[in-house]
This record gives sequence, structure tokens and C-alpha cells, in this order.
Amino acid sequence: MDFGVEFQRSTQDDRNFSAQPTHWVIVREAMTSTEPQSDEDLVELAKSGDDTAFPELVKRYSRRILRVARNITNHEEDSEDVLQETFMKAYTHLAGFQGNSKFYTWLVRIAMNESLMKLRKRKSGKLVSLDEELNTGEDTMIREIAVWEGNPEDTYSQEELRAILDKTISSLPEGFRSVFMLRDVEEFSTEETAEALDLSIPAVKSRLLRARLQLREKLTRLFKSKGENTFAYL
Amino acid sequence: MPTCKDFLRELSDYLDSALDPATKKELDKHVQECPDCWVVLDTTQKTLKIYKGCEPQAVPAALEDKLMAALKVKMAEKKLSG
Repeated sequence: MDFGVEFQRSTQDDRNFSAQPTHWVIVREAMTSTEPQSDEDLVELAKSGDDTAFPELVKRYSRRILRVARNITNHEEDSEDVLQETFMKAYTHLAGFQGNSKFYTWLVRIAMNESLMKLRKRKSGKLVSLDEELNTGEDTMIREIAVWEGNPEDTYSQEELRAILDKTISSLPEGFRSVFMLRDVEEFSTEETAEALDLSIPAVKSRLLRARLQLREKLTRLFKSKGENTFAYL
Repeated sequence: MPTCKDFLRELSDYLDSALDPATKKELDKHVQECPDCWVVLDTTQKTLKIYKGCEPQAVPAALEDKLMAALKVKMAEKKLSG
């Protein structure tokens, strides 16, 4: 594996050259390559005391973590706190990160926990069940059956579209938002989502379906073809 | 033959390719014959695509500076504590 570093035997082992080396030191090589380092490399470097490695991971993932925080907390100030707390916690506990999952998956799980804690605190200090608001019985109803007018990515600017998508996702019940964010935006597996949110797999699947249908319904209201083209598929 | 309700119930697994081949084949047939379900499938696929494709907003410079400053402090504390 290319760690972007060179492994050299410690001089104290030189006397036992024929024996299996047991002590190795990592010496950062002069960085002549412009290849981006992998997360795994950066994590290892950060663990070994390299001061530049963890800030690089922060730069790499801060915008995605901020998006998770914004979409779950629905609160600007809280999401900024979540961003900072997530990276501080990750740094503090880095030595305990064994690499059983991807670094980013681990980071998102921390961000999700921090976001949910903020959300619960903000709800007047009351403990709120994640199942609250979920059993409306209407969330799988299909009311809007119409094709979309062109491609919204061509019709709207990135910023306009992002504002629409953020507003739409923020209107979902929290229990749907968190599942949708993990499964469909952060591309966690069903199992990873269930584990991160402490839900059963059937609960993740059920919430995901309802989240997808509700978002489809809301976006179709905005993007549907008007007039004659509404039933263009017929 | 599956109904529209059956199709809707299986929609997520259909989109995630998590169905057994026999069920998938039946639902493929249904969606080809049912314009309403075709539209629901098409607009749900577009919904997912648009969310996946949307780049997150940049972190405001002031917030990034604050984050990096806090990290610097944390790293210095760690060094001091050995």
C-alpha cells in the first residue's frame, strides 16, 4: 500500500538485522507527488503526530458534514456547532478509530449523533421520540402524478436548486430526514443506516420509502409540467 | 399480477435493485403497462438523482477559520498532554 511515506527501520534494530524487524518509524517523504492522499493514509499520519494530516481531512469533508448538520438540525447556529463538535470529537477519539468502517462513515455517524442531540435539546428540553409525526397514514399517498418540466438541473442555478432541495428536505419529519440523508445523500447501506440511527432494518426501509415518496410529491408540485404536457407520457 | 399498491410498496427495493428476479420481472411488466406507476417511478428516480447530484454549499470562510483555530488549540493541547 502506498502511504505516501517511507518506512525505515529504526537504527536501534540495526544490530538484529537478520531478525524480523519489530520497530519501524514512519518518515514522511518529501512530497513530490501531487496525488491526493487517501483518507486512510491521512488518518495514519494524523495518528502518528503529523500536524497537517487532520486539517486536510477537515478541508476534505467540512462542507459535507455541514450539509448533514443543516439538514438534520434545520438550524444555522446549531449546524455550525455540530460541524465544530464533530471534528473535535473525531480528533479526540482518532486513536480509537480502528478503520473497521470508512473514515467518512465514522465522521457522519458522529455528526448525526451531535445533530440529533441538538435537535432534542432545542425541542424545549423535552425528550422527543423519533417516531413522533411519522404515523400520519398519509405519507405514502400519491396525489401528484405528472411528469416534470425538463430537467431542473438545467432550469435552475446550482444555488437556486440547492435552496429548493434544502427547503424541501427540511419539511420532512425528523425521522424521515435522517434516514433519507444517510441512505440517499450520504449513500450509507441500509445496515449502516440502521446501526447509525439505532433502528431496525424494516424501520429504515419503511421510513426511506415514505421519505422518498414525500420528497417526490413535494418536488413534483414545483417541477411538474403545466398545461397540455402534464400527461405527456400518455 | 401486482397492483399499483403492490408496486408502491416495493418501490424502494425496486429502485435499490433489492428484489428477487421474479418479483422484479412482474413489477417491470406492471410499470410498462401502468402510466401512473411509470410517472411515479420516473419522478422518484429524478428526485433521488437530483439530491445525489447536488453539491453541498461551501463552508463560509469565517466558520472555516473558526473551525481551524479550534482544531489548532486542540492539537496543541494534545501535544502538551503527551
